[in-house]
Amino acid sequence: MDFKNGSELLYLCRETGLPISEIMKRREMELSGMAEDGVEIRIGKALAIMDASAHEPLEREIHSMGGLIGGEARKLEAGSKSGLPLCGSVITKAITYAMAVLEVNASMGLIVAAPTAGSSGVLPGVLFALKEEYGWGEEILRKGLYTAGAVGYLLMRNASVSGAQAGCQAEVGSASAMAAGAAVEMAGGTPDQAMSAAVGALSNLLGLVCDPIGGLVETPCQNRNAAGAVNALINAQQALAGIRQRIPFDEMAQVMLNVGRSMPFELKESALGGCALAPSVCSMVSDCCSRL
Amino acid sequence: MTGISLFDVIGPNMVGPSSSHTAGAVSMALLARKIFYKEEKTKEQLMKRVDFTLYGSFAKTYKGHGTDRALLGGILGFATDDLRIRDAFSYAGKEGLEYTFTLSEEKDVHPNTADMDITGKDGRHLFVRGISLGGGKVKIARLNQIEVDFTGEYSTLIVSQTDKQGVAAHITKCLSDCGVNIAFMRIFREEKGARAYTVVESDEKIPKTVTEGIKENPHIMDVTLL
Repeated sequence: MDFKNGSELLYLCRETGLPISEIMKRREMELSGMAEDGVEIRIGKALAIMDASAHEPLEREIHSMGGLIGGEARKLEAGSKSGLPLCGSVITKAITYAMAVLEVNASMGLIVAAPTAGSSGVLPGVLFALKEEYGWGEEILRKGLYTAGAVGYLLMRNASVSGAQAGCQAEVGSASAMAAGAAVEMAGGTPDQAMSAAVGALSNLLGLVCDPIGGLVETPCQNRNAAGAVNALINAQQALAGIRQRIPFDEMAQVMLNVGRSMPFELKESALGGCALAPSVCSMVSDCCSRL
Repeated sequence: MTGISLFDVIGPNMVGPSSSHTAGAVSMALLARKIFYKEEKTKEQLMKRVDFTLYGSFAKTYKGHGTDRALLGGILGFATDDLRIRDAFSYAGKEGLEYTFTLSEEKDVHPNTADMDITGKDGRHLFVRGISLGGGKVKIARLNQIEVDFTGEYSTLIVSQTDKQGVAAHITKCLSDCGVNIAFMRIFREEKGARAYTVVESDEKIPKTVTEGIKENPHIMDVTLL
Protein backbone atom coordinates (compact mmCIF):
# COMPACT_ATOMS: atom_id res chain seq x y z
CA MET A 1 0.00 0.00 0.00
CA ASP A 2 2.67 2.49 -1.08
CA PHE A 3 2.18 5.92 -2.62
CA LYS A 4 4.72 8.24 -4.18
CA ASN A 5 2.75 11.48 -4.26
CA GLY A 6 -0.43 13.17 -3.15
CA SER A 7 -2.53 12.09 -6.10
CA GLU A 8 -1.63 8.42 -5.56
CA LEU A 9 -2.51 8.79 -1.89
CA LEU A 10 -5.92 10.30 -2.71
CA TYR A 11 -6.50 7.59 -5.33
CA LEU A 12 -5.80 4.92 -2.69
CA CYS A 13 -8.21 6.64 -0.29
CA ARG A 14 -10.93 6.66 -2.97
CA GLU A 15 -10.34 3.04 -4.03
CA THR A 16 -10.29 1.63 -0.51
CA GLY A 17 -12.62 4.05 1.24
CA LEU A 18 -9.98 4.38 3.94
CA PRO A 19 -8.83 7.63 5.53
CA ILE A 20 -5.26 8.90 5.03
CA SER A 21 -4.28 7.78 8.55
CA GLU A 22 -5.17 4.16 7.84
CA ILE A 23 -3.34 4.11 4.50
CA MET A 24 -0.23 5.54 6.17
CA LYS A 25 -0.40 3.01 8.99
CA ARG A 26 -0.62 0.12 6.51
CA ARG A 27 2.26 1.54 4.48
CA GLU A 28 4.39 1.62 7.61
CA MET A 29 3.49 -1.97 8.50
CA GLU A 30 4.57 -3.11 5.03
CA LEU A 31 7.74 -1.02 5.03
CA SER A 32 8.94 -2.03 8.49
CA GLY A 33 7.56 -5.55 8.62
CA MET A 34 6.08 -4.65 12.00
CA ALA A 35 2.63 -5.82 13.10
CA GLU A 36 -0.01 -3.18 13.80
CA ASP A 37 0.73 -3.39 17.54
CA GLY A 38 4.36 -2.50 17.01
CA VAL A 39 3.55 0.57 14.93
CA GLU A 40 0.88 1.65 17.42
CA ILE A 41 3.33 1.35 20.31
CA ARG A 42 5.82 3.62 18.55
CA ILE A 43 3.13 6.17 17.66
CA GLY A 44 1.92 6.07 21.26
CA LYS A 45 5.45 6.78 22.47
CA ALA A 46 5.80 9.75 20.11
CA LEU A 47 2.46 11.10 21.33
CA ALA A 48 3.50 10.74 24.97
CA ILE A 49 6.75 12.65 24.36
CA MET A 50 4.84 15.37 22.51
CA ASP A 51 2.38 15.61 25.40
CA ALA A 52 5.15 15.95 28.00
CA SER A 53 7.11 18.51 25.98
CA ALA A 54 3.99 20.63 25.40
CA HIS A 55 3.11 20.76 29.09
CA GLU A 56 6.40 20.55 30.99
CA PRO A 57 7.39 24.24 30.60
CA LEU A 58 4.07 25.26 32.19
CA GLU A 59 5.06 23.43 35.37
CA ARG A 60 8.62 24.62 35.78
CA GLU A 61 11.00 27.22 34.48
CA ILE A 62 13.25 26.12 31.66
CA HIS A 63 16.50 27.70 30.52
CA SER A 64 17.68 27.37 26.96
CA MET A 65 21.25 26.56 26.02
CA GLY A 66 21.67 29.78 24.08
CA GLY A 67 19.76 31.95 26.55
CA LEU A 68 17.51 33.59 23.95
CA ILE A 69 14.23 31.97 25.00
CA GLY A 70 12.54 30.57 28.09
CA GLY A 71 9.31 31.19 29.99
CA GLU A 72 7.17 32.20 26.99
CA ALA A 73 4.64 29.39 27.42
CA ARG A 74 4.11 30.25 31.08
CA LYS A 75 3.51 33.90 30.19
CA LEU A 76 0.89 32.89 27.65
CA GLU A 77 -0.83 30.62 30.12
CA ALA A 78 -0.79 33.29 32.82
CA GLY A 79 -2.19 35.80 30.33
CA SER A 80 -4.92 33.40 29.40
CA LYS A 81 -5.84 32.82 33.05
CA SER A 82 -5.96 36.53 33.77
CA GLY A 83 -8.40 36.98 30.91
CA LEU A 84 -6.34 38.18 27.92
CA PRO A 85 -9.18 38.26 25.39
CA LEU A 86 -7.70 38.42 21.91
CA CYS A 87 -7.08 34.93 20.58
CA GLY A 88 -9.68 32.79 22.26
CA SER A 89 -9.07 29.41 23.79
CA VAL A 90 -8.03 27.15 20.90
CA ILE A 91 -5.52 29.53 19.39
CA THR A 92 -4.11 30.50 22.77
CA LYS A 93 -3.55 26.85 23.63
CA ALA A 94 -2.03 26.09 20.23
CA ILE A 95 0.54 28.88 20.47
CA THR A 96 1.25 28.12 24.13
CA TYR A 97 2.06 24.47 23.47
CA ALA A 98 3.94 25.18 20.26
CA MET A 99 6.21 27.62 22.09
CA ALA A 100 6.52 25.28 25.08
CA VAL A 101 7.93 22.47 22.94
CA LEU A 102 10.59 24.81 21.53
CA GLU A 103 11.56 25.75 25.09
CA VAL A 104 12.04 22.09 25.93
CA ASN A 105 13.98 21.57 22.71
CA ALA A 106 16.27 24.52 23.34
CA SER A 107 17.09 23.26 26.85
CA MET A 108 18.26 19.84 25.60
CA GLY A 109 14.97 18.29 26.65
CA LEU A 110 13.25 15.37 24.93
CA ILE A 111 11.12 16.16 21.87
CA VAL A 112 9.85 14.46 18.73
CA ALA A 113 11.27 16.00 15.57
CA ALA A 114 8.13 16.49 13.46
CA PRO A 115 9.45 16.77 10.84
CA THR A 116 12.47 18.54 12.40
CA ALA A 117 13.57 19.69 15.85
CA GLY A 118 13.26 23.34 14.80
CA SER A 119 9.61 22.81 13.83
CA SER A 120 8.77 20.33 16.59
CA GLY A 121 6.22 22.59 18.30
CA VAL A 122 3.70 22.96 15.49
CA LEU A 123 2.10 19.53 15.53
CA PRO A 124 1.86 19.13 19.34
CA GLY A 125 0.50 22.69 19.52
CA VAL A 126 -2.38 21.82 17.22
CA LEU A 127 -2.98 18.29 18.56
CA PHE A 128 -3.16 19.16 22.25
CA ALA A 129 -5.10 22.40 21.76
CA LEU A 130 -7.79 20.45 19.89
CA LYS A 131 -7.68 17.53 22.32
CA GLU A 132 -8.26 19.76 25.33
CA GLU A 133 -10.75 22.03 23.64
CA TYR A 134 -12.96 19.28 22.24
CA GLY A 135 -12.22 16.43 24.67
CA TRP A 136 -10.81 14.21 21.90
CA GLY A 137 -9.32 10.92 23.06
CA GLU A 138 -5.95 9.43 22.25
CA GLU A 139 -7.43 7.36 19.40
CA ILE A 140 -8.26 10.54 17.50
CA LEU A 141 -4.86 12.06 18.18
CA ARG A 142 -3.15 8.94 16.87
CA LYS A 143 -5.08 9.31 13.63
CA GLY A 144 -3.83 12.86 13.46
CA LEU A 145 -0.24 11.68 13.80
CA TYR A 146 -0.59 9.14 10.99
CA THR A 147 -2.16 11.73 8.71
CA ALA A 148 0.53 14.27 9.57
CA GLY A 149 3.08 11.55 8.89
CA ALA A 150 1.64 10.96 5.40
CA VAL A 151 1.83 14.65 4.49
CA GLY A 152 5.34 14.95 5.95
CA TYR A 153 6.55 11.82 4.17
CA LEU A 154 5.41 13.23 0.82
CA LEU A 155 7.15 16.54 1.48
CA MET A 156 10.31 14.80 2.65
CA ARG A 157 10.26 12.60 -0.45
CA ASN A 158 9.20 15.08 -3.13
CA ALA A 159 10.20 18.48 -1.74
CA SER A 160 12.32 19.17 1.35
CA VAL A 161 11.94 19.47 5.11
CA SER A 162 15.40 20.92 5.62
CA GLY A 163 15.98 24.56 6.52
CA ALA A 164 19.49 24.36 5.08
CA GLN A 165 18.05 23.15 1.77
CA ALA A 166 14.87 25.16 1.42
CA GLY A 167 14.46 27.59 4.32
CA CYS A 168 11.94 27.73 7.15
CA GLN A 169 9.08 27.19 4.70
CA ALA A 170 10.40 23.62 4.46
CA GLU A 171 10.51 23.17 8.23
CA VAL A 172 7.71 25.17 9.88
CA GLY A 173 5.86 25.28 6.52
CA SER A 174 5.93 21.49 6.25
CA ALA A 175 5.03 21.05 9.92
CA SER A 176 2.11 23.40 9.42
CA ALA A 177 0.92 21.45 6.37
CA MET A 178 1.17 18.23 8.36
CA ALA A 179 -0.79 19.69 11.27
CA ALA A 180 -3.41 21.16 8.93
CA GLY A 181 -4.01 17.77 7.30
CA ALA A 182 -4.10 16.13 10.73
CA ALA A 183 -6.64 18.63 12.09
CA VAL A 184 -8.95 18.04 9.12
CA GLU A 185 -8.95 14.27 9.50
CA MET A 186 -9.36 14.47 13.29
CA ALA A 187 -12.34 16.78 12.81
CA GLY A 188 -13.95 14.30 10.42
CA GLY A 189 -13.04 15.91 7.11
CA THR A 190 -12.33 14.02 3.88
CA PRO A 191 -8.87 13.08 2.52
CA ASP A 192 -9.34 15.70 -0.22
CA GLN A 193 -10.01 18.35 2.40
CA ALA A 194 -6.99 17.27 4.42
CA MET A 195 -4.66 17.61 1.43
CA SER A 196 -6.24 20.92 0.45
CA ALA A 197 -5.60 22.25 3.97
CA ALA A 198 -1.97 21.13 3.65
CA VAL A 199 -1.67 23.04 0.37
CA GLY A 200 -3.06 26.21 1.93
CA ALA A 201 -0.71 25.92 4.89
CA LEU A 202 2.30 25.56 2.60
CA SER A 203 1.32 28.42 0.36
CA ASN A 204 0.81 30.83 3.27
CA LEU A 205 4.34 30.26 4.52
CA LEU A 206 5.94 30.10 1.08
CA GLY A 207 9.24 31.93 0.99
CA LEU A 208 9.76 31.92 4.74
CA VAL A 209 13.49 32.15 5.35
CA CYS A 210 15.56 30.23 7.89
CA ASP A 211 17.57 32.84 9.80
CA PRO A 212 18.27 31.56 13.31
CA ILE A 213 19.97 34.10 15.54
CA GLY A 214 23.42 32.83 16.40
CA GLY A 215 22.63 29.69 14.42
CA LEU A 216 20.63 28.49 17.42
CA VAL A 217 17.23 26.80 17.30
CA GLU A 218 15.64 29.48 19.48
CA THR A 219 14.70 32.81 17.89
CA PRO A 220 12.82 33.38 15.60
CA CYS A 221 12.15 29.61 15.47
CA GLN A 222 9.99 29.49 18.57
CA ASN A 223 7.65 32.26 17.43
CA ARG A 224 7.37 30.73 13.98
CA ASN A 225 6.23 27.48 15.51
CA ALA A 226 3.35 29.41 17.08
CA ALA A 227 2.60 30.95 13.67
CA GLY A 228 2.78 27.53 12.01
CA ALA A 229 0.30 26.06 14.48
CA VAL A 230 -2.23 28.84 13.99
CA ASN A 231 -1.73 28.72 10.22
CA ALA A 232 -2.61 25.02 10.36
CA LEU A 233 -5.85 25.78 12.20
CA ILE A 234 -6.79 28.51 9.72
CA ASN A 235 -6.35 26.17 6.78
CA ALA A 236 -8.10 23.26 8.43
CA GLN A 237 -11.09 25.46 9.22
CA GLN A 238 -11.18 26.72 5.64
CA ALA A 239 -10.96 23.22 4.17
CA LEU A 240 -13.66 21.87 6.48
CA ALA A 241 -15.89 24.77 5.46
CA GLY A 242 -15.53 23.63 1.86
CA ILE A 243 -12.92 26.08 0.59
CA ARG A 244 -10.68 24.30 -1.92
CA GLN A 245 -7.17 25.36 -2.83
CA ARG A 246 -6.64 25.76 -6.58
CA ILE A 247 -3.20 24.20 -6.61
CA PRO A 248 -2.98 20.41 -6.16
CA PHE A 249 -0.74 19.10 -3.38
CA ASP A 250 1.98 17.68 -5.63
CA GLU A 251 2.34 20.94 -7.53
CA MET A 252 2.49 22.86 -4.27
CA ALA A 253 5.25 20.59 -2.96
CA GLN A 254 7.23 21.29 -6.13
CA VAL A 255 6.54 25.02 -5.82
CA MET A 256 7.88 25.02 -2.27
CA LEU A 257 11.01 23.17 -3.35
CA ASN A 258 11.57 25.55 -6.27
CA VAL A 259 11.21 28.60 -4.04
CA GLY A 260 13.65 26.99 -1.62
CA ARG A 261 16.16 26.42 -4.39
CA SER A 262 16.01 30.03 -5.46
CA MET A 263 16.62 31.32 -1.94
CA PRO A 264 20.15 32.54 -1.33
CA PHE A 265 22.49 30.61 0.97
CA GLU A 266 22.38 33.46 3.50
CA LEU A 267 18.70 32.75 4.17
CA LYS A 268 18.98 28.99 4.58
CA GLU A 269 20.10 28.21 8.13
CA SER A 270 23.55 29.73 7.68
CA ALA A 271 22.84 32.49 10.26
CA LEU A 272 24.28 34.93 7.71
CA GLY A 273 21.08 36.78 6.85
CA GLY A 274 17.60 37.81 7.95
CA CYS A 275 16.96 38.16 11.69
CA ALA A 276 20.38 36.68 12.41
CA LEU A 277 22.02 39.86 11.16
CA ALA A 278 19.96 42.35 13.16
CA PRO A 279 22.66 44.25 15.11
CA SER A 280 20.93 44.13 18.49
CA VAL A 281 20.75 40.36 18.56
CA CYS A 282 24.23 39.69 17.18
CA SER A 283 25.81 40.96 20.38
CA MET A 284 23.44 38.90 22.54
CA VAL A 285 24.75 35.61 21.26
CA SER A 286 28.46 36.34 21.13
CA ASP A 287 29.05 34.02 24.07
CA CYS A 288 27.53 30.91 22.55
CA CYS A 289 28.52 31.64 19.01
CA SER A 290 32.14 32.39 18.23
CA ARG A 291 31.41 33.68 14.74
CA LEU A 292 29.32 36.61 15.92
CA MET B 1 9.02 1.65 -1.63
CA THR B 2 11.47 4.33 -0.62
CA GLY B 3 12.98 3.88 2.79
CA ILE B 4 11.27 6.91 4.34
CA SER B 5 9.40 5.62 7.38
CA LEU B 6 6.58 7.24 9.31
CA PHE B 7 9.08 7.53 12.14
CA ASP B 8 11.55 9.45 10.01
CA VAL B 9 8.79 12.08 9.75
CA ILE B 10 7.27 11.78 13.23
CA GLY B 11 10.71 11.38 14.76
CA PRO B 12 13.39 10.83 15.67
CA ASN B 13 12.60 11.09 19.36
CA MET B 14 15.54 13.16 20.44
CA VAL B 15 17.16 15.40 22.98
CA GLY B 16 17.19 18.88 21.44
CA PRO B 17 17.88 21.37 20.18
CA SER B 18 19.05 20.36 16.70
CA SER B 19 18.67 17.21 14.63
CA SER B 20 21.95 17.92 12.84
CA HIS B 21 24.01 19.49 15.64
CA THR B 22 22.71 17.42 18.55
CA ALA B 23 21.02 14.16 17.45
CA GLY B 24 23.44 13.74 14.53
CA ALA B 25 26.40 14.29 16.86
CA VAL B 26 25.08 11.60 19.22
CA SER B 27 24.62 9.15 16.34
CA MET B 28 28.09 9.57 14.88
CA ALA B 29 29.69 9.15 18.30
CA LEU B 30 27.58 6.06 18.97
CA LEU B 31 28.88 4.59 15.71
CA ALA B 32 32.46 5.39 16.72
CA ARG B 33 31.86 3.66 20.06
CA LYS B 34 30.45 0.58 18.35
CA ILE B 35 33.42 0.39 15.98
CA PHE B 36 35.85 0.78 18.88
CA TYR B 37 34.28 -1.78 21.17
CA LYS B 38 33.03 -4.36 18.64
CA GLU B 39 31.06 -6.96 20.62
CA GLU B 40 32.74 -7.48 23.96
CA LYS B 41 34.96 -5.33 26.09
CA THR B 42 37.16 -6.18 29.03
CA LYS B 43 38.26 -3.65 31.63
CA GLU B 44 41.61 -3.20 29.89
CA GLN B 45 39.93 -2.43 26.58
CA LEU B 46 37.81 0.43 27.90
CA MET B 47 38.29 3.88 26.48
CA LYS B 48 40.84 6.01 28.29
CA ARG B 49 40.38 9.26 26.44
CA VAL B 50 38.69 10.79 23.43
CA ASP B 51 40.00 13.84 21.61
CA PHE B 52 37.30 15.57 19.60
CA THR B 53 37.92 18.10 16.84
CA LEU B 54 34.99 20.18 15.61
CA TYR B 55 34.85 21.82 12.18
CA GLY B 56 32.72 24.44 10.42
CA SER B 57 29.30 25.09 11.89
CA PHE B 58 29.96 22.49 14.60
CA ALA B 59 32.96 24.54 15.75
CA LYS B 60 31.06 27.84 15.64
CA THR B 61 27.79 26.89 17.33
CA TYR B 62 28.57 23.80 19.41
CA LYS B 63 27.90 25.44 22.78
CA GLY B 64 24.37 26.57 22.00
CA HIS B 65 23.54 23.24 20.40
CA GLY B 66 25.13 21.08 23.07
CA THR B 67 27.17 19.38 20.33
CA ASP B 68 29.99 18.70 22.81
CA ARG B 69 27.65 16.97 25.29
CA ALA B 70 26.01 15.10 22.42
CA LEU B 71 29.32 13.74 21.10
CA LEU B 72 30.45 12.73 24.57
CA GLY B 73 27.03 11.21 25.28
CA GLY B 74 27.23 9.07 22.14
CA ILE B 75 30.73 7.93 23.08
CA LEU B 76 29.29 6.91 26.49
CA GLY B 77 26.65 4.84 24.69
CA PHE B 78 23.62 7.12 25.15
CA ALA B 79 20.97 7.04 22.41
CA THR B 80 19.63 10.23 20.79
CA ASP B 81 16.61 10.27 23.16
CA ASP B 82 18.59 9.67 26.36
CA LEU B 83 18.27 12.64 28.72
CA ARG B 84 21.62 11.74 30.32
CA ILE B 85 23.17 13.51 27.30
CA ARG B 86 22.61 16.81 29.13
CA ASP B 87 24.94 15.67 31.89
CA ALA B 88 27.42 13.84 29.69
CA PHE B 89 30.37 15.69 31.23
CA SER B 90 29.62 14.40 34.71
CA TYR B 91 28.90 10.86 33.44
CA ALA B 92 32.28 10.89 31.66
CA GLY B 93 33.88 12.02 34.94
CA LYS B 94 32.24 9.14 36.80
CA GLU B 95 33.57 6.65 34.25
CA GLY B 96 37.02 8.19 34.39
CA LEU B 97 36.92 9.00 30.68
CA GLU B 98 39.18 11.89 29.70
CA TYR B 99 38.19 14.13 26.84
CA THR B 100 39.29 17.25 25.00
CA PHE B 101 37.54 19.46 22.45
CA THR B 102 39.49 21.33 19.80
CA LEU B 103 37.98 23.80 17.36
CA SER B 104 39.40 23.74 13.86
CA GLU B 105 39.41 26.61 11.37
CA GLU B 106 39.89 24.24 8.45
CA LYS B 107 37.50 25.12 5.64
CA ASP B 108 37.91 22.14 3.35
CA VAL B 109 35.46 19.85 5.16
CA HIS B 110 31.68 19.45 5.35
CA PRO B 111 30.40 22.14 7.77
CA ASN B 112 29.04 19.63 10.27
CA THR B 113 32.10 17.47 10.79
CA ALA B 114 33.64 16.04 13.94
CA ASP B 115 36.76 13.93 14.41
CA MET B 116 36.88 11.46 17.28
CA ASP B 117 40.31 10.18 18.23
CA ILE B 118 39.78 7.38 20.73
CA THR B 119 42.51 5.87 22.91
CA GLY B 120 41.88 2.70 24.91
CA LYS B 121 43.34 1.80 28.30
CA ASP B 122 45.25 -0.91 26.47
CA GLY B 123 46.77 1.69 24.13
CA ARG B 124 44.48 0.86 21.22
CA HIS B 125 43.76 3.79 18.87
CA LEU B 126 40.81 4.51 16.62
CA PHE B 127 40.28 7.63 14.58
CA VAL B 128 36.76 8.25 13.26
CA ARG B 129 35.54 11.22 11.24
CA GLY B 130 31.77 11.70 11.30
CA ILE B 131 29.63 14.03 9.20
CA SER B 132 26.12 15.11 10.18
CA LEU B 133 24.03 15.33 7.01
CA GLY B 134 20.91 16.96 8.49
CA GLY B 135 17.69 15.59 9.99
CA GLY B 136 19.74 13.36 12.30
CA LYS B 137 21.30 11.42 9.40
CA VAL B 138 25.04 10.85 9.60
CA LYS B 139 27.86 9.17 7.78
CA ILE B 140 31.33 8.01 8.70
CA ALA B 141 33.85 9.60 6.33
CA ARG B 142 37.17 8.37 7.70
CA LEU B 143 38.45 5.40 9.69
CA ASN B 144 42.03 5.78 10.86
CA GLN B 145 43.93 6.99 7.76
CA ILE B 146 41.42 5.81 5.19
CA GLU B 147 38.55 7.73 3.62
CA VAL B 148 35.36 5.65 3.85
CA ASP B 149 31.65 6.28 3.32
CA PHE B 150 28.89 4.48 5.20
CA THR B 151 25.94 5.41 7.39
CA GLY B 152 25.45 2.56 9.85
CA GLU B 153 21.73 2.52 8.94
CA TYR B 154 22.08 -0.96 7.49
CA SER B 155 23.58 -4.00 9.14
CA THR B 156 27.21 -3.20 8.41
CA LEU B 157 30.36 -5.28 8.29
CA ILE B 158 33.74 -3.53 8.35
CA VAL B 159 36.74 -5.62 7.36
CA SER B 160 40.25 -4.33 7.91
CA GLN B 161 42.63 -5.95 5.45
CA THR B 162 45.73 -5.69 3.32
CA ASP B 163 44.85 -4.78 -0.24
CA LYS B 164 45.61 -8.20 -1.79
CA GLN B 165 44.12 -10.32 -4.51
CA GLY B 166 41.32 -12.66 -3.46
CA VAL B 167 40.36 -10.92 -0.23
CA ALA B 168 37.11 -9.50 -1.62
CA ALA B 169 36.23 -12.91 -3.12
CA HIS B 170 36.86 -14.54 0.27
CA ILE B 171 34.55 -12.02 2.00
CA THR B 172 31.72 -12.44 -0.51
CA LYS B 173 32.02 -16.24 -0.34
CA CYS B 174 31.74 -16.19 3.47
CA LEU B 175 28.71 -13.90 3.23
CA SER B 176 27.03 -16.04 0.62
CA ASP B 177 27.77 -19.22 2.67
CA CYS B 178 25.86 -17.59 5.53
CA GLY B 179 23.00 -16.62 3.23
CA VAL B 180 23.60 -12.86 3.46
CA ASN B 181 22.30 -10.75 0.61
CA ILE B 182 24.68 -7.81 0.04
CA ALA B 183 22.97 -4.43 -0.48
CA PHE B 184 26.21 -2.45 -0.89
CA MET B 185 29.86 -3.45 -0.82
CA ARG B 186 32.80 -1.14 -1.27
CA ILE B 187 36.54 -1.33 -0.80
CA PHE B 188 38.34 1.77 0.46
CA ARG B 189 42.12 1.91 0.37
CA GLU B 190 44.96 4.35 0.77
CA GLU B 191 47.14 2.99 -1.98
CA LYS B 192 47.64 -0.23 -3.89
CA GLY B 193 48.77 -3.10 -1.69
CA ALA B 194 48.42 -1.10 1.54
CA ARG B 195 45.83 -1.25 4.29
CA ALA B 196 42.21 -1.17 3.15
CA TYR B 197 38.69 -1.45 4.49
CA THR B 198 35.87 -3.40 2.94
CA VAL B 199 32.47 -2.15 4.03
CA VAL B 200 29.48 -4.42 3.41
CA GLU B 201 25.93 -3.28 4.07
CA SER B 202 22.95 -5.60 4.10
CA ASP B 203 19.20 -5.12 4.53
CA GLU B 204 18.90 -8.11 6.82
CA LYS B 205 20.92 -8.63 9.96
CA ILE B 206 24.38 -10.02 9.16
CA PRO B 207 24.96 -13.00 11.52
CA LYS B 208 27.90 -12.91 13.91
CA THR B 209 29.11 -16.31 12.71
CA VAL B 210 30.14 -14.78 9.40
CA THR B 211 33.00 -12.91 11.07
CA GLU B 212 34.77 -16.15 12.11
CA GLY B 213 35.01 -17.39 8.55
CA ILE B 214 36.16 -14.02 7.24
CA LYS B 215 38.97 -13.82 9.82
CA GLU B 216 40.51 -17.04 8.48
CA ASN B 217 42.06 -15.22 5.51
CA PRO B 218 45.67 -14.26 6.36
CA HIS B 219 45.35 -10.83 4.76
CA ILE B 220 42.47 -9.88 7.04
CA MET B 221 43.43 -8.16 10.28
CA ASP B 222 40.12 -7.38 11.85
CA VAL B 223 36.34 -7.69 11.38
CA THR B 224 33.73 -5.46 12.97
CA LEU B 225 29.98 -5.99 12.81
CA LEU B 226 27.70 -3.00 13.46
